[in-house]
Amino acid sequence: MSSAAATASFTQRHASALRQARFFAWSFARSPSALLGFAIVLVFLFLAAIGPSIVPYPGDATGAMNLANRLKPPSSAHWFGTDEMGGDLFSRVIIATRTSLWVGLTIVGIATIVGVPLGIAAGYFGGWVRAVIMRITDVFLSVPGIILALAIVSVLGPGILNGVVALSVVWWPGYVRLVEAKALALRHEPFVEAARSVGATHTRILALHILPNCTSPIIVKASMDMGLAILAAASLGFIGMGAKPPAPEWGAMISVARTYMPNWWWYAVFPGCAIYLTVLGFNLFGDGLRDVLDPKSSRG
Amino acid sequence: MTPLLDIRDWRLAFDGFEGRAQVLDGINLTVMPGETIGIVGETGCGKSVLARSVARLVDMPPGRILGGSIHFDGQDVMAMNGAALARLRGHGIAMIFQDPMTYLNPVFSIGAQMVDVIRAHDRASGQRPRNSAAARKKAADLLGSMRLPEPAGMLDRYPHELSGGMRQRVLIAMALIGTPRLLIADEPTTALDVTIQAQVLRLIAELVAMHALTLMLISHDLGVIGALCRRVVVMYAGTIVEDGEATTVFANPRHPYTRGLLAAVPDLEKPQHRAQPIPGQIPNLLSPPSGCRFHPRCALAVEQCTRDKPVMRDVAGRSVACHLAEHA
Amino acid sequence: MWRYVARRVALTGLMLFGLICITFTVSNIAPSDPAALAAGPDATRDMVATIRREYGLDRPLPEQFIRYVTGVVQGDLGRSIVSTRPVTQDLARFFPATLELVVLSMLLGVGLGVPLGMMSAVLKNTAPDHLTRFAAVSLVALPAFWFGILLQLFFSVWLEWLPTSGRLEVATAPPPFVTGMYLFDSLFAGQFNTFSQALAHAALPALVLSFPCLASILRVNRAEMIEVLSADYITAARAHGIARLRVICVHALRNAMLPTLAMIGLRWGWMLGSTVLVETVFDWPGIGLYAVSSAIAGDFKPVMGVTLLIGLNFMVINLIVDLLYGVLDPRLRNAP
Repeated sequence: MSSAAATASFTQRHASALRQARFFAWSFARSPSALLGFAIVLVFLFLAAIGPSIVPYPGDATGAMNLANRLKPPSSAHWFGTDEMGGDLFSRVIIATRTSLWVGLTIVGIATIVGVPLGIAAGYFGGWVRAVIMRITDVFLSVPGIILALAIVSVLGPGILNGVVALSVVWWPGYVRLVEAKALALRHEPFVEAARSVGATHTRILALHILPNCTSPIIVKASMDMGLAILAAASLGFIGMGAKPPAPEWGAMISVARTYMPNWWWYAVFPGCAIYLTVLGFNLFGDGLRDVLDPKSSRG
Repeated sequence: MTPLLDIRDWRLAFDGFEGRAQVLDGINLTVMPGETIGIVGETGCGKSVLARSVARLVDMPPGRILGGSIHFDGQDVMAMNGAALARLRGHGIAMIFQDPMTYLNPVFSIGAQMVDVIRAHDRASGQRPRNSAAARKKAADLLGSMRLPEPAGMLDRYPHELSGGMRQRVLIAMALIGTPRLLIADEPTTALDVTIQAQVLRLIAELVAMHALTLMLISHDLGVIGALCRRVVVMYAGTIVEDGEATTVFANPRHPYTRGLLAAVPDLEKPQHRAQPIPGQIPNLLSPPSGCRFHPRCALAVEQCTRDKPVMRDVAGRSVACHLAEHA
Repeated sequence: MWRYVARRVALTGLMLFGLICITFTVSNIAPSDPAALAAGPDATRDMVATIRREYGLDRPLPEQFIRYVTGVVQGDLGRSIVSTRPVTQDLARFFPATLELVVLSMLLGVGLGVPLGMMSAVLKNTAPDHLTRFAAVSLVALPAFWFGILLQLFFSVWLEWLPTSGRLEVATAPPPFVTGMYLFDSLFAGQFNTFSQALAHAALPALVLSFPCLASILRVNRAEMIEVLSADYITAARAHGIARLRVICVHALRNAMLPTLAMIGLRWGWMLGSTVLVETVFDWPGIGLYAVSSAIAGDFKPVMGVTLLIGLNFMVINLIVDLLYGVLDPRLRNAP
């Protein structure tokens, strides 16, 4: 009896939070595609974490050669077949998840660290600060990321590190745009005006009021961008300006595999499936998150 | 005489994530041709949803019909096919709405929108749609009869270029295109300035008289209802609680809710007599109160009110749904 | 209105200047010596020094910048090391092929994306809607370069329906030059055989290129349609007895098209960017392939040229979209 009363009072005390949580769960569960995305992301993270220790031929990732086994079709020994060096494609594809994970995390991380403060400053302070930041952002946004990244890599020279640097340089403007719009709207919210009227410092307002209210769209964008950044890095790998074979990277693998089409089709098919599934997973997950966290902006 | 509108035990719910909200619970309403009927109640009592279900404008889902029927001029509205529905809307029933800004399409000119409706009605009544010059002529005539200045020039203007009163006149003109029999006005003056309100109300009253329209006026403003309607229907939380001649009901309300509504109106002639708000809040329709839906807020409620749902009975010249109607 | 146009054009000029600043900065972060690169691997020190003087690379940076800007404004984008021609000439040669591809893809993207988005919105939360939305996310996630290869494998190698790469059969002469876009030029010249050949060659790359664009347009159009369909004026249009199809396709679509139009403007630029992948896969001789082959050779001036050209394209398209907005949305016409 007393425990029932305690439960009741707990649910009463946290009624609004529980209602919110129930609403999130209700929205997310209504979308099977969001759950699918979540599952794919979990598998991806799992493989990135322990992939190298569970694959059958971990040495093949670092360019071990086994020419007797070259270009074998998928079999029970080599699930995805082998490449032109006799490397096991299954092992190489799995091990490459780790590359993709750090590539995605780095690009999105740098973009957030650079873009969010700039966006907040532009939206909150307005005036010439906003004018300058937004004009520069617009210029960057006027060229597709892949082109500007290609331009930077063509100067720095190919390589996965340069590719990541280039993509990080071009990725932040999206965050400025996103956060600026949000901060601009928040600036005139009553609770911000109230904080300002009682003499709160800019830093305090930015940290306590503006930033926490921007997190939902940032999280949504970051989860979508994880997929897109991985795709962009793989694209650079494919055109030969990113990771260099035999480094285990999906784009670079397809780049080499292209010369072995169409007879050795499996070489290109499986790394591509990995890219597709990863990007799909992050996109579906982000889409589901947006429906839950930020329903008003469910577009684009 | 067959009633123009016959609503029987109409029950409608909306499904949402928190469950099913029963917004209309057993509505019975019969409207004879030529009647002017006002529907009054607080925001959220279901009066707009009732009006929309008459023209079958409630989207299903999230809406869901739990039972009942609606007949317009003897025809089952819920059973109508596309062609019959097109004749019903505009020809049989026309609607004017609360906020004239949002009910006009912002990217089309007034003329384009009116011509579209005129041609749709031509099609619905089985004629070839008239050409756009003839349709524009008719549109301009209609706008002129709404006493809008320069009706021909008005056709090329866009909604955002007009004032609220002008927009409401345009909407009224559009509603009259199909020479409807029943005009449903959903809070037609709520969004307007007080001075414009009076003009628009006078216009509606004249049009009702001139075209012998049946009027269903929805409002939370008892004054507006009293000015235009002979009959009044009081709604509370998805049910009808009182229904009768406006003069009778206003002079001697029998339902405690109606009395509360009347007491909540400030009386300018007796300023020392303060307006009395009804205590409590409108109930959550996800889990409506048992018995009489008004009992949690009712000062007179007895044990029976929490148990039995009151039915409409004739008491003192009107219908009331209250167990205690005789005693009041 | 005209003041707005003037301001918009001035802003575009400012943005173009900003972009030139970016390409200049990027060109100057090179860890390697561009003069040595231009001189070739066997060059002596004197030769490198001569080239450095010739290109003005020994001048202080501000002076180099001014020379660069004046050069770009006059259409001088430098010289390609690989082709040895001025970059501007190369761009003029390769751009029509890219434009042809992008126009075709955009037609596909809009032609499929808008109706599918409308359908999805009307059938919200039903099976066809879920399927369409899932397909839209899938299309964004598909690596264009990989899917292009799969399509080649399927349609060209297995079914042998469509050619693998290039713009025309080797034996076919290009149609007489009018726009440089073979699809148009062959029609002008009345060479229908060439036209069908050009179309067959463009089909797969245009399809692959259109996917992300199709997906975005679909999603924007769906979201906008859902919002517009719940608007009061749609209820009013239905209450006035206008047929459902007309309410959706005329009254609602015109409102939903405004944000969709903005997305079309954005996607135009992105599509030009994706040509670096698609043109590489399909060996399509446009600016994308030009940029990639130059980048691989370490020849960055053509890449900067392509960057500027795509940026210019994007800015012009968005200028047009902005002005179209004024035509489609009467509320903006009277705005300052």
